[in-house]
Order: sequence, then structure tokens, then C-alpha cells
Amino acid sequence: MNSILIIVFFPLLAALIAGLTNKAAPSVFAKAVTTAALFISCALSWPIFLGFVAGDLTATVVPVLQWVRSGDLAFDWALRVDTLTAVMLVVITTVSALVHLYSWGYMDEDPDQPRFFAYLSLFTFAMLMLVTADNLVQMFFGWEGVGLASYLLIGFWFRKPSANAAAIKAFVVNRVGDLGFMLGIFGTFLVFGTVSIPEILAAAPAMSGATIGFLGLRMHTMDVLCILLFIGAMGKSAQLGLHTWLPDAMEGPTPVSALIHAATMVTAGVFMVCRLSPMFETAPIALGVVTFIGAATCIFAATVGTTQWDIKRVIAYSTCSQLGYMFFAAGVGAYGAAMFHLFTHAFFKALLFLGAGSVIHAMHHEQDMRYYGGLRKQIPFTFWAMMAGTLAITGVGIYWLHAGFAGFHSKDAILEAAFGRGTEMGNFAFWMGAFAALLTSFYSWRLMFLTFWGKPRWIESEHIQHSVHKTPEEAGADTTGGYHPHESPLTMLVPLGVLSLGAIFAGWFFSHAFLDDAGFWQGSIFYNEALMHQIHAVPLWVKLTATVVMLLGLITAWWAYIKDTSIPAKAAEQLGPVYRLFYNKWYFDELYNVIFVKPAFWLGRQFWKLGDVGIIDRFGPNGVAWVVEKGSVGARRFQSGYLNSYALVMLLGLVAAITWVLF
Amino acid sequence: MEFPILSLMLAVPLVGAIACLFLNAGSARMVALFATLFNLALGVMLWVNYDVGGTQWQFVERAEVFAGFSYALGIDGIALMLIMLSVFLMPICILASWDSITKRVGEYMSAFLLMEVLMLGVFAAQDMFLFYIFFEAGLIPMYLIIGVWGGDKRIYASYKFFLYTLLGSVLMLIAMLWMVNEAGTTDIPTLMQYDFAPGAQTWLWLAFFASFAVKMPMWPVHTWLPDAHVQAPTAGSVILAGVLLKLGGYGFIRFSLPMFPEASAQFAWLVFGLSMVAVIYTSLVALVQEDMKKLIAYSSVAHMAIVTVGLFAFNVQGLEGAMVVMLSHGLVSAALFLCVGVIYDRLHTREIHRYGGLAINMPKYALFFLLFTMASIGLPGTSGFVGEFLSLAGIYEVSTTVTLVCTTGIILGAAYMLYLYRRVVFGTQVNDDAARMTDLNAREWFMLAPIAAAVLWMGVYPESFLAPMRADIAALDARLARAASAGDAHLKLGEPKAQEANYIAPEHSEEGAH
Repeated sequence: MNSILIIVFFPLLAALIAGLTNKAAPSVFAKAVTTAALFISCALSWPIFLGFVAGDLTATVVPVLQWVRSGDLAFDWALRVDTLTAVMLVVITTVSALVHLYSWGYMDEDPDQPRFFAYLSLFTFAMLMLVTADNLVQMFFGWEGVGLASYLLIGFWFRKPSANAAAIKAFVVNRVGDLGFMLGIFGTFLVFGTVSIPEILAAAPAMSGATIGFLGLRMHTMDVLCILLFIGAMGKSAQLGLHTWLPDAMEGPTPVSALIHAATMVTAGVFMVCRLSPMFETAPIALGVVTFIGAATCIFAATVGTTQWDIKRVIAYSTCSQLGYMFFAAGVGAYGAAMFHLFTHAFFKALLFLGAGSVIHAMHHEQDMRYYGGLRKQIPFTFWAMMAGTLAITGVGIYWLHAGFAGFHSKDAILEAAFGRGTEMGNFAFWMGAFAALLTSFYSWRLMFLTFWGKPRWIESEHIQHSVHKTPEEAGADTTGGYHPHESPLTMLVPLGVLSLGAIFAGWFFSHAFLDDAGFWQGSIFYNEALMHQIHAVPLWVKLTATVVMLLGLITAWWAYIKDTSIPAKAAEQLGPVYRLFYNKWYFDELYNVIFVKPAFWLGRQFWKLGDVGIIDRFGPNGVAWVVEKGSVGARRFQSGYLNSYALVMLLGLVAAITWVLF
Repeated sequence: MEFPILSLMLAVPLVGAIACLFLNAGSARMVALFATLFNLALGVMLWVNYDVGGTQWQFVERAEVFAGFSYALGIDGIALMLIMLSVFLMPICILASWDSITKRVGEYMSAFLLMEVLMLGVFAAQDMFLFYIFFEAGLIPMYLIIGVWGGDKRIYASYKFFLYTLLGSVLMLIAMLWMVNEAGTTDIPTLMQYDFAPGAQTWLWLAFFASFAVKMPMWPVHTWLPDAHVQAPTAGSVILAGVLLKLGGYGFIRFSLPMFPEASAQFAWLVFGLSMVAVIYTSLVALVQEDMKKLIAYSSVAHMAIVTVGLFAFNVQGLEGAMVVMLSHGLVSAALFLCVGVIYDRLHTREIHRYGGLAINMPKYALFFLLFTMASIGLPGTSGFVGEFLSLAGIYEVSTTVTLVCTTGIILGAAYMLYLYRRVVFGTQVNDDAARMTDLNAREWFMLAPIAAAVLWMGVYPESFLAPMRADIAALDARLARAASAGDAHLKLGEPKAQEANYIAPEHSEEGAH
């Protein structure tokens, strides 16, 4: 399985070539090199994945290079390939290859294309290093590497202040999570004496009863470690509290949102929990936290998603919410279901983002859905692709046929697992998840209806006005303003087509392997046989819940955005405070600004002006200088140069000396 | 007797320094560059011939001078690495001063070469008084470099620098005299094995601490550093951040820890306390700086706090981590000051808001600056990560609280460095003169590229740098073992749980279906 070396390092090589030649070569060179590298990686990844599905392959570790030896702390560069990695490999390389291709069209007019493609490939390399990690530190390398690439790509249009702010925010908020991750690694090393993942997982059960001191408190060892590591996962996967960076990350070009902020990087946290699932299974409190945070994020993000106008932000909150599903699935022990949803979500969410990109492309960079409408006929291919994505995310399917779009298989499995788990936390997650599924259906169809149905509202958009050189008044009754949206070029449509296939068939096709086949996982995740049986044994109403709420969401959205379009405004007015809470994202940004950002700058100024200048310098070096200066003024008086005063002093001294000697 | 390579490494820059005094500007530059490059070549030979896993002290030279004082040189792996850092940075400093220094060039180059002699002397000295002479004399060329070739407030800065560092030195000298009297030798390797009475250790430790804390610099005796950096010419800042700040850490690892292990353990709380304050305090101060050099200077204080906690963790990871942070910081902060120097040479201002949008007209510069910014933040794959990670992993074994507080540095560090990067490199071109600046020229490229390569090398394969130090760190760790604290983790094993957290008994599976 040495092809893994090519899979991982070709994207790095391509990134270096593209980045270092930059504008020295025509941009088509960088595009061709990076895209070719990714398609090679992708082509080599699928055989590995299918090999694991067929049961032909077993886990291997390919050593690369020694990294650090320090006392008994040792870790190396190595590429681990097992079932879990193989799943991630195909997700990453497939979406990345398609996004590279898509970007040929989407970024066609950008002057900085080599840089863009270099970043994309660099990201892919880092993500592959993350999922092939055999030890926690290499995972952290990938973790930070994707963070860097994310920072660079969010801020790709670095002339825009909002893009820069979003980039820094993404990096710094992620670092808060990394603080937990790093402490988790340190603690793991302290407890197990190793950072090698297989060794930790093997030793974890023996530690399940141990306690440890942390910040002066005595706690359950495994709970402390797992919660610390999970804080890292929360940052990367934008879970409640550390989610604020993800919606802002939409400042980056849309292909980036599809690759990094939907399909791959943000799922790293879920991957981490699944990778360490035997460890998390020794930590009941930590799993409770995972379940709770996942369920809370799931519902929180869905509420916000229902009120946003920016098409990308709706999908971003949707991503956040779907990640919540994955986490609570992991929390209740259904790691297979979590990974399955990660897998299907990668296809349909990348599809939705790329579809949104195609809409934005057609609508002259307008992202506000209030200025869309009636695009179904104009961009039919994009419409049908988005439709496939929407059917997948809302989980359309028929239970009795056991057939449906991707989300039907994976999301239903998660809800059933939460219910089937039978604990209070499981039930909480089930109800939160079910309600979030209702909202998911609502906001997804709202997006579709606002964009593709109804009358065109294009002329209200400033972007369109710039394009057609008309104001709404001049356009009069023609709300299109005479603008003609064009379907995207083939390079963009092909990825949409391929991902549509994934959104339609991935769930149905791989459902058995991910959910019901312990042999498929080969112990790479904790496979809970009994829980998987429970999933099939839950009552019928539980199995139908997801479908029912999906229909309810669809009907509500249809009613409000097609039947009677005055409803949304009325509802917003009626539900004033709640609407404003959702619309303003529960005021997290405002809150953090007041309790973290502003105080940090204020404290910095105080420490500087008051601490350093006002106290330390004043009483330190300047104080010493002052004492010396004043002291020397005093000393100068004795050195007046007058002979008589010297004679006087000498006389006094002589008298004193004689007195001393005599008495 | 083997070839006296260490003496040669001192002699080459010394001869160059004297020669430069009598040469015109052009020849002085060439002589200085040649001398430093020659020393770099000697350094490489030193490293190649250093026998990893051999005797602790290698390349030993000794000549008795008088009354027990001897000219004794010799290095272990720790000293070797710091010598390598010094000889690596020196030619870069000369290049950085190539065009920007136009007055008294001969004297300037002479001061730098003298600086090199003294720095190498500090790391190579095996006699305590020889060490003291090198250690303190290093002040003089630095004082001159800031005071003569510095910025507008150079006099204030140079005096502040001198006052602070001298204060500690006096106490250290007294302590040294007492030690020599007590132990009857000035030989550092012997003293490193000598057990002073714990009561005496306390005072000796404090006297040395006064000197090393200032050199480090630790909070609250750090305020000389921002002023010195701001006023110093670019190359002065490079050497100050790159090598002089390492003298404090080297002092701790060579004197305080091995000679006074009990006192070091006794005062660990003090070091931890000051370091924790430093990480938070100076990081926040760095966040609000408007002057690029000041910002990087404050970030140095925060990074050095990671060194001190690592050193006083009393375990291998902490000590090795501290050493790697020192080496990494020597490279990265030097490179960051060079980056500031590159644009300062063009626009003659360090004010952050005078720049902006440099990614547009200086893409190569932007790439280098990005790499060094990321290394400063401690991104894995760069040198910054390895040291920080090992250091903090070491301290975790001692105190989770200290680790938590110090690890917040990774958040704050990201905040102030990215905020700096955004204001200088990203954004639109708001200032016309900044927008007209040209990208790196060949000379500047040759300054930054070697450091970039070293930063990545140390990040990806730090074994090259860890291996020579391993035995020495292990020896130190063994010596410290008797005073090491147990740590606050106190792992207690308990009866393992019989089942996984999400265990569901198989026989209940039908029942659960209701």
C-alpha cells in the first residue's frame, strides 16, 4: 500500500511547485499541476477504500521519517491506513479533486490563481496528514496545517478587510480549541507514556478507573483527557461556543467553503473522536459532554440557519448543525453512523456549496437570496444539482423500500441510534435532532424556493445593477433588469454532476458497510454491535420521525415562500425577539467581543502604559537614574572647589580621627 | 593536543575586528563578511567533528594563566548548538548591515566581530572567570551598536540596557568569588558536579538569578528589551534577539540548575510565577503595539517565558524543549527583525499603519514573513512547534495550572502575530510610498532563505539538533532528579470499569425496543 505516499505527498509537491513558480509561469501551469496531482491521489484512494469495503485489505502503517525523540517521548512521521483512514481518503481526495476542477471555472477571472491552487493543494496535503496520523502529534500537525490553509484561503482576497478579519478569527478561535487539544496530548503522554494512538487505545481500558489531579482538582483520568481532546474537536468542527468562526469563514471563495468548511476540515473533530473512540468509551462523562454539545449545536445552528439571507451563510449554519448530528452520534456510541453521516454529508454539502457558487457565479457575485428568484429556468443544471443536494440533506427517502437520498440513510441512523441508546442524554439528543431535522428541511427548502422559484427580484441587487447599468426605478416592472444569468462552464458543472451522484447514491450504496458491518471497520473504530441492533429495533414512529419532520419543513417552507410570501415578514414581526435572536446568531459575536476581545486590548494597553511605563520603568531604571542624579547633586556640594571648605572638612575629619583614636 | 579550533574561532573575528578599524567602508564590509563566513565554515567543521555520544566535554583547550584562573575552552552539545546559532546568524547580520549602515562602517563591523568573539567565548568558556569576562564584555559592543548606530532615542535605550544588565552582573560576580573560595576551583565542569550546602545555594542562586533574569529577560525586568530593540539597527536587533537573549537561558542551564539543584527546585515557584505573568502580560502588550520592532520584542519576552518554565520542569522534555525554543527563537525572531529591517530600509519607519498591502508589491517578502510568523506562532512543521511542545509537555508533568496558563500563549501569540501580519502585508495599499516598495533583492533573499531552511529543518527533523544535546541533557536531568518535584497530577490507578461507556447488554436488545 505504498501508493499512500503518492496520495499524501503529491498534493504537497504540487502545492510547492505551483506556489513557488507563482506568476513566473502562466496560471494554467499551476492549475494543471495541482489538479493532476489531486486526480492521481483520488484515483489511488478509491481502490484502497473499495479494498476495505471488500475486506481485502488490512491496516498498515508506512513509516516516513523520525520526528522527535526526547526522553521517553517519541513520535515519528508515519502514514497509517486503516478503514477509518480509507473513508477519509476518498472523501478528501474526491471532493478536493472536484473542487480543483470546479475552481478552473469559478476562479477563471482571478489574477492570483496559482496562489489559490497552491493553497488548495497544501490544504489537501495537511488534511491527508491528519487522517493518516498514527500518533496524536502528527494529527496535531495536520490539524494546524489545515488551520493554516484555511486561514490563507479565507483571507485569499486579502484586500477585503472582512476577509482578513474572518481569517484571523478562524485561526484564533481554532487556537482556543487547540489549547485543549495540546493539554489533552500532554495529559495523555503523562498517563500512558506514549502518544502513539494504537498504544493509547490499547491501554485506555485499564485506566478507566483511574483518577488524576488537574488544576488542583481530582478527576477521572479518562474524562479529563477526553474532554480536553474534545475541546480541540469543538474548535475545528465549529461546535457551540467555538463555532463563531465558521459563518465568517464564508468570506473565502466558494470552492474553499465547499472543500474546507463543509466536506473535510470541519469534520476533523468528528474524525478525531471516532479515531479515539475506544478511548472515549472509557470516559462516560466526556461522552455525555460530546452528546450534549453535539445536540445543542445541532439545534442552535439550525435555528440561525432559518433566518439568514446570505445563501452561503445558510449552508454554513447548516454545516455546523450537521456536524452536531455527527457528534451526538459519536456521543451515544454510534461511531459508524457518525462516520457514515460524515461521508454522505461530504458529498451533498460540497454539492450544495458548489451549487451555491454556481448560482453566485450566474448572479454576478450576488449572495443575498432576497435578490434571487425564478432561477430554475435560467440555470437548469445547477438547479437540478442543488435539488439533489437538498433532497439528500433533508433526508428524503421511503422507509419501507429502504431507499432514499444520502442523508436519509445516515441522518435517520443517527436519530435511531440516539433513541435506541435509551439514556436520558440519548433521548435529549433524539428530540433535539428531530426538531433540528424539521428546521433543516425548512431552511433548505427556503433556500431552494427563494432562489429558484417565484418571480425574479434581481434588479434590487447592487451587483446586478452594476452589471446592467440600471437602477430599480429605471428597470420599472421588469424585475430582472434585463439581466441574463448564464449557466456555469463545464468545468463547474462536471463536479456538480459527480457530487450529485454521490448525494443520490452514496447512502444507499454504503449503508450496510458503515452501519452493520463490524468486519468493514476492522476495529479502527469502536463498533457497538448491540447498539447497531437497537437501531433496527426502535419503534416505527421513531423510524418515521425524520421523514415526517422533513415533510413538515417542506410544507412550511412552501407555504411561506411560495403560497403566501407575506408570511415570513409577518412571522418575523410576530416573533420579534426570537427572530432577532436567531437572526443575530444568538449574539455570540457581540458577547465574545465584550468579554474577550475588548478586554484583551484594554488590558494590553494598561499593562503597557501603566505597568511597563508607569510602574516598572518609573521605579526601576528611571528611578535609579533619578536617585543617582539627585544623589550626585548632593555629592557635588562637597566638591565645590573652594579651598577653605576643603580645609574645614579636613580639619573636622582630623578632629574626628583624633577623637576616635584617643577615646 | 588536538587542533585548537575553538581558539581559532575566537581569533578569526578578533583579527577581523582589528583589521576593520583601519579599513575603509567597502573593505571593512568584505573583511567582516569573509571573517564571519570563515567562522561559519569552522562552525560546520566543529559540528561535523563533534562526537555525538562521546565524552561530555570536547575540543578542550586549557592554559593556566595565574592563581587558578585559566584560559580553558571546551564545549558540550548544548554549547555546540548555541555556537552554531551564533556563527550562523553573524554573516546574515553583516549582510543586513550592508547598505543600511553608512557612517563609521569600519568601527561598526569591528563592533560586530568583537561581539562574535565574546558570544562564542561565553559558550566555549570552561573557566568561570573567563566566562564572566566574556559574558559581561558582551555588553560593551552591544552598548556601542545601540548608542552609536541606533535610532533617535538611542542614548536612553543604551543606558537602560547597560543599567539593567550591569545590576545583575555585580551580584553574580560576588557569588562567583564566594563559590571559587568554597570549592577551590574555577573550572566550570568541576563546579557543575560540586554540591554546595543547600543554605548557601539559596543565596548563590538568587545572585545568579539577578543576572540571568535580566538577560533572559523575565518579567518584570524586561523593559530594557523593547527600547533596546527599537533603537538598535536591524543587525543589532538580530544579534540581540538571536544570541544575547540566549545567554540567560544558557546561564540557567550551565550554572543555576546543575550547581544549585536544591535551590532551583526551591525557587521553581518564583520562576513559574514570573513566567506565567510574562506569557499573559507581554502577549497582551504585544497585541496593542504600533511599532513593529516593539511588538516582536514583547513577543520575545513571552517566548522566553516558555524557556524558563521548560528549564525548571526538571525533566528531559522540559530541558530539551527549552533548548529548542531558544534555538528556534534565535532563528525566528532574528528573521522577523530582518523582515522589519527590509521594509524599514525602504520606508524608514517602523510604524505598522504606514504599511499595508505588501502582498501586492512584495510577494516574495510576504511569503518569507508568513513562514516566520507561523514559526513564531508555533505551527507544527516549523521549529517553533517542537520546542514549545516539548517544553509545555515537560511542565505538564509538574503543574497542570502552569501549563494551562502558559499554553494560552499559543492563542495570544496567534492573535498578535496575525494582527501584525494583516496590517503590514494584507489589506489594500493605503500608503503610496509603501505601495512603491520593491520586492526582496538578492542580498535580502540570501539573508532570509537560509533561516527559512533552518526553521523548516528544525521543525521536520529536529533530531539533528536534539542528538548532540541528548547526553548532556540526560546528565543534567540525572543531577536534577534528586530535587525534582512529584508534580500535581498524582495519577492513581483504580479498578477499571468492566464495560464501555455505551455498553448495552446484548440480551436487553429486544426489550429496549418496546
